[in-house]
Amino acid sequence: MGGETCPECSAPVSPKDRFCEACGRNLRVRRTPVGGPGSQWPPLCACGGAEFDEDGACEACGRARPSARDRVEFALPGVAGISDRGRRRRRNEDSMAFGRVRGRGTAVVVCDGVASSERAEQASQVAVDTAADVLLTGLQSGTLQSARDAERATAEAVVAANAAVARLARPEAAEVAPSCTFVSAVVTDGSATVGWVGDSRAYLVAEAGAARLTSDDTWAAQLVAQGVLTEEEALTDRRAHVLSRWLGADSGVTEPQTVTFMVETPGLLVLCSDGLWNYVPEPEDLLAALPPEAIARRVAPLEVARALVQVALDAGGHDNITVVVVQLRGGGGS
Amino acid sequence: MAVAPEFAVEVRQNEHLPAGAGRVEAVVTVTATGGARAGPAADAAEVLVLDTSGSMRSPPEKLAEAVRAAEAALGVLRDGVRFAVVAGTDTARVVYPPGPGLAVAGPRTRAAATRAVRRLRAAGGTAMGRWLLLADALLSGPDAGAPDAGGPGSRASGAGPRHAILLTDGENRHESPQELAAVLERVAGRFTCDCRGVGTDWRVAELRGIAEAMLGTVDIVADPAGLARDFESMTLAAMGKAVADVSLRLWTPGHAEVVFLRQVAPALLDLTGRRRRTGPRTGEYPTGAWAAGESRDYHLSVRVRPAAVGERMLAARIALVGPGEAVSGRGRVLAVWTDDAALSTRIPPEVAHYTGQAELAEAIREGLRARRAGDAARATARLGRAVRLAHESGNTGTAKLLAAVVEVRDAASGTVRLRADVTEVDEMTLDTRSTVTKRVGRD
Repeated sequence: MGGETCPECSAPVSPKDRFCEACGRNLRVRRTPVGGPGSQWPPLCACGGAEFDEDGACEACGRARPSARDRVEFALPGVAGISDRGRRRRRNEDSMAFGRVRGRGTAVVVCDGVASSERAEQASQVAVDTAADVLLTGLQSGTLQSARDAERATAEAVVAANAAVARLARPEAAEVAPSCTFVSAVVTDGSATVGWVGDSRAYLVAEAGAARLTSDDTWAAQLVAQGVLTEEEALTDRRAHVLSRWLGADSGVTEPQTVTFMVETPGLLVLCSDGLWNYVPEPEDLLAALPPEAIARRVAPLEVARALVQVALDAGGHDNITVVVVQLRGGGGS
Repeated sequence: MAVAPEFAVEVRQNEHLPAGAGRVEAVVTVTATGGARAGPAADAAEVLVLDTSGSMRSPPEKLAEAVRAAEAALGVLRDGVRFAVVAGTDTARVVYPPGPGLAVAGPRTRAAATRAVRRLRAAGGTAMGRWLLLADALLSGPDAGAPDAGGPGSRASGAGPRHAILLTDGENRHESPQELAAVLERVAGRFTCDCRGVGTDWRVAELRGIAEAMLGTVDIVADPAGLARDFESMTLAAMGKAVADVSLRLWTPGHAEVVFLRQVAPALLDLTGRRRRTGPRTGEYPTGAWAAGESRDYHLSVRVRPAAVGERMLAARIALVGPGEAVSGRGRVLAVWTDDAALSTRIPPEVAHYTGQAELAEAIREGLRARRAGDAARATARLGRAVRLAHESGNTGTAKLLAAVVEVRDAASGTVRLRADVTEVDEMTLDTRSTVTKRVGRD
């Protein structure tokens, strides 16, 4: 209760304040900064060096200056995310944005830039920021009272994000128009709505077990659905990651797939890019990768996210890895 | 006022390393570009050093040809160049100019120097270190640079190319190898020196040692009649140098180790041991003087601390430092760790080519050494290997010289037989020119 301070200027604030008296900051909404949470500034090399040449090589050990996107960690009360370049890719083309409206709920968006498109990192960053704006505005205005409201807001977020990504395309290079996947969650008192386009996923983890909430928009998944491939075959099939739906100028997407569920028991909602789920595809795999008693002992979401990212890195980290973990209290607010 | 030189640096390498590896190889091409023009003649200084020891008397043409060569060299000195002629025996003396310091080239001084050279007689021993010391004293004197560089006592060093030509026909008998080494230690980097051996009584390794220390060339003049043309082209090349005292600056990250830095074209020259530390992670290597448009290749090998797969590292940074610390050109050698074997196993053709050229020179030297020691089996094996390497790399110049020493049955496989009737000249020519590389093919 007492002792709460403004995250901007550390002035004392009361839980009833909408704005900080000292600096005017909006205290009801806290979210990842637009453009992505920057890493530390000034950036330090892993060796501790702070001097870099004009090409960004450390003057002490020669390693490349860590990009602000190479490893991003951000935490808010009850929700935290990590986006990591992984071990193989030159750039991190995943992005995440999330925010929390005090007393109303939490919104999360994860997008994975399509590597074969140009400026994929820009595409995913624009998409998460645009969609998070739509969802957080909805939460703030108090219009997301029902499952249908949340699903409508999710669809609006996808349409807005799709339009924003489409604007990045160059008419003369349509075949490599910036593109990305999409997965979002709106978590309010007692219910959560997940929406997605492409193969980024959401999982629900609770005491009773774990479940996957999304179905991939990929050719392989379609073939599995048609009974042409088994789940195992689909994982190794070269079409496993060929998207059938995405966001971008050439996507033709008008709405996401959505699912809404009641939050009745404590648990975790995990949104992630394929850089994680490739290594823990089944809900049981994800459960096994969590820190011990992650749900029962209320481990901080950031710790959970770190553990999951580490699992992917240890397994080879072939792709960008993004994980956002939302704590679900169950039966009363998030 | 010397023109500020400009250099272009081009790096060819495979930056991809397998996990755990730390050896980075690159071929670096350095080219003197814009801004490098031959400076005013007054900035250049030239000393001709002629061996006038007793052995130059036999055959008598030897000295006569050397004199003719010196005349040719004097003839192509540009007006205004500062110059002197030194006669070397077991001591050294200036035969021109008569007064102290250097003369200024012009019709009158050229004629006077030519007359002085014609009066030379051969008698005495051989002590090249002393010759070099005298050349150094002349080339670093107050008048070795621009005459109007300043008042009395001002140093004009670094003003322009300082060059010497050393001509000898014999072994360095009148001073110890240690004495010579001490002199080289002292004068290296203060001027460049091209060495020429006349006849077959001199030792290739000895002259090569001097030439390498002095960043010059070494060659045999088997036929004294070829001396004049050779001296002329050497002098012209020296006079054409636009900028002297250029160093290659190499930055490597902490914990890195420079395995080697070699000049690999136009000829092999190992610079690894010539590093001068200029900072915690920076060292400079002398490269001597450069002509406008001149281009050389270097092979760099650096060992860095391996990083995790996916990491990128700058393994080396290269720049050229001219007189007055003018820095230009910039090359970067990178390291990226990958577990994609298709990427990390590729050897760039340039690196492979120059690795082969270094091995070729090594094989020739070992083969000739074995041949002299009477170890026919080893000589045949090493020279055969050399024939194969010369053939594979298209180094036709070296292949021709090898064919004079061995009978080539099949170049592709390196099948050879030692020739019984090899002339000393052919063997020494092969030995001397074994370091001349074929420049890597460019598209």
